[in-house]
Amino acid sequence: MKAWLNRAGMVAGFALILGWCLLPVAWIVSMSFKSQEAVTNGSPGFFPSEGGGAGWQNYIDVLQDDQFARAILNSIGISLIATILSVTFATFTAYAVARLEFKGKKFVLTTALVIAMFPVVSLVGPLFDMWRTLGIYDTWLGLIIPYMSFTLPLAIWTLSAFFREIPWEMEQAAQVDGATAWQAFRRVIVPLAAPGVFTAAILTFFFAWNDFVFGISLTSTESARPIPAALSFFVGADPFNRPASLLAAGAVVATVPIVVLVLVFQRKIVAGLTAGAVKG
Amino acid sequence: MSTTIAPDADRTRTATASDRTRAENSLARKLVAPAIVLMLLVTAFPMLRALYLSLFNYSLTAPDDREFVGLSNYVTALTDSLFWRDTANTVMIMVVTVVFELVIGFAFAMVMHRVIFARGVVRTSILIPYGIITVVSGFAWQFAFSNSNGFINSWLPFIGDDFNWFAEYPSSMIAIMASEIWKTTPFMSLLLLAGLAQVSEDMIEAAKVDGASWWQRLWKVILPNMRSAIMVAVLFRALDAYRIFDNIFVMTAGANGTESISFLTYRQVIEQFQLGIGSALSVLLFLSVLLVAYLIVKLFRVDLAAARQEG
Repeated sequence: MKAWLNRAGMVAGFALILGWCLLPVAWIVSMSFKSQEAVTNGSPGFFPSEGGGAGWQNYIDVLQDDQFARAILNSIGISLIATILSVTFATFTAYAVARLEFKGKKFVLTTALVIAMFPVVSLVGPLFDMWRTLGIYDTWLGLIIPYMSFTLPLAIWTLSAFFREIPWEMEQAAQVDGATAWQAFRRVIVPLAAPGVFTAAILTFFFAWNDFVFGISLTSTESARPIPAALSFFVGADPFNRPASLLAAGAVVATVPIVVLVLVFQRKIVAGLTAGAVKG
Repeated sequence: MSTTIAPDADRTRTATASDRTRAENSLARKLVAPAIVLMLLVTAFPMLRALYLSLFNYSLTAPDDREFVGLSNYVTALTDSLFWRDTANTVMIMVVTVVFELVIGFAFAMVMHRVIFARGVVRTSILIPYGIITVVSGFAWQFAFSNSNGFINSWLPFIGDDFNWFAEYPSSMIAIMASEIWKTTPFMSLLLLAGLAQVSEDMIEAAKVDGASWWQRLWKVILPNMRSAIMVAVLFRALDAYRIFDNIFVMTAGANGTESISFLTYRQVIEQFQLGIGSALSVLLFLSVLLVAYLIVKLFRVDLAAARQEG
């Protein structure tokens, strides 16, 4: 009886988690299939009403929208470049933190912690001013730099946690065989650390893809505006009537890369998130 | 005297050791430098610049009229009821969302810890809200609460079908917090799951044998043993919630008094080009985050001591 109750509770909890996570996603997908006319006239309810469905029309419209296509391109380019650079620098730092004894280790970790908690909005004013002076306002570079700075802490923690698990005797063995510290790092440790680096890269990419504050503050045209900002400014043909279902279709398109990454790398992401936070 | 009679072998050993330390130090500095420079370039430097600009009456619409005004921007901000209203909003959002996330996140973590079937499915789906763009989450919930196109009014029993959630303050705040809680609870539950995994099963089993009820096991064995994980999760989420911006921007744009302190700062700087007062607000926002962090760390210590005395 008790075992049975336990099992029933587990199934209920399981269903609850799935519902929590997937219901709003299902809702936005359902919304994206409501037709524009139905939304304008009001079409309450979870599913598109009878005759109020749009088929794939909203997706076709969104993908044919130049601004939206450009925003997707911006987001992919900016996020990828920021991810590659950030993870490279974080790998160097995490190696030093996990492996070497040096003065200033505390300073590095404290800086990372403070920056992870920094209220980003407090920077947009000065950055807006500085970027305009430097001429990188509304460019890819103007977003890549802040994305790197703000993803470095997470990447450093995740990587340090991974690096502490690596069997370092192998590095010492290489050093005994005559390799320098740098050679030991490059030849022995990098291959072993690759999975951790990969995890840090995915988490960094999530952050860059998700950013909104910098995206709306440091861009003014479509030449660098990323997806979240483009979605929020999307007004469609009629400015007094926000095209809700079109926006929903855009939101779904912007979510697809994230869902694909989660589906493929679920195990690694969980390991990375929890390793950094608990052991650090 | 003693150094002159020290055996040669000893001297060489210390020499190599300190050479090695020096080499390690210099390698470490080279490895760490790029990351540190980048992190400080985008935070410390602009923050100092904000501190400087906050002492001026400076509007980007009239950059030549910039004049030094001392601390008067701070006086203006701190005596304005808008500042305090928005701070109160922000603190309320922080407290309410973190409490809900902690409770729901812990329940989720328990289920994920115990569940023996389809672990992959649960963990994959729990990562979806974590990965989703906050703006998308804001839109999804805004449409869901909408009285013309949403479904929430028809699903909730005591709410009329034409109730407009975004017409007044309390219901708007509920909608904003719903989106925030939905998106960030999974992150909380993953951190708590990691903490839960560190609690020894033997200890729980021993408490069971001694006749402790499920409730007693939870409060006397499980929770005290994972308090460091809880503290990390609360600290991270609270400071993240204090920065709330995206959801408010998308869902209400600050209408009906739902502004947060981040939103007020953004509005001053980017929409009204008031770099002087905006910088003062930036500095105040930064200081309040520091204060919140300090209070949470402090509060938890008090809490922990109290818990220990009770036990």
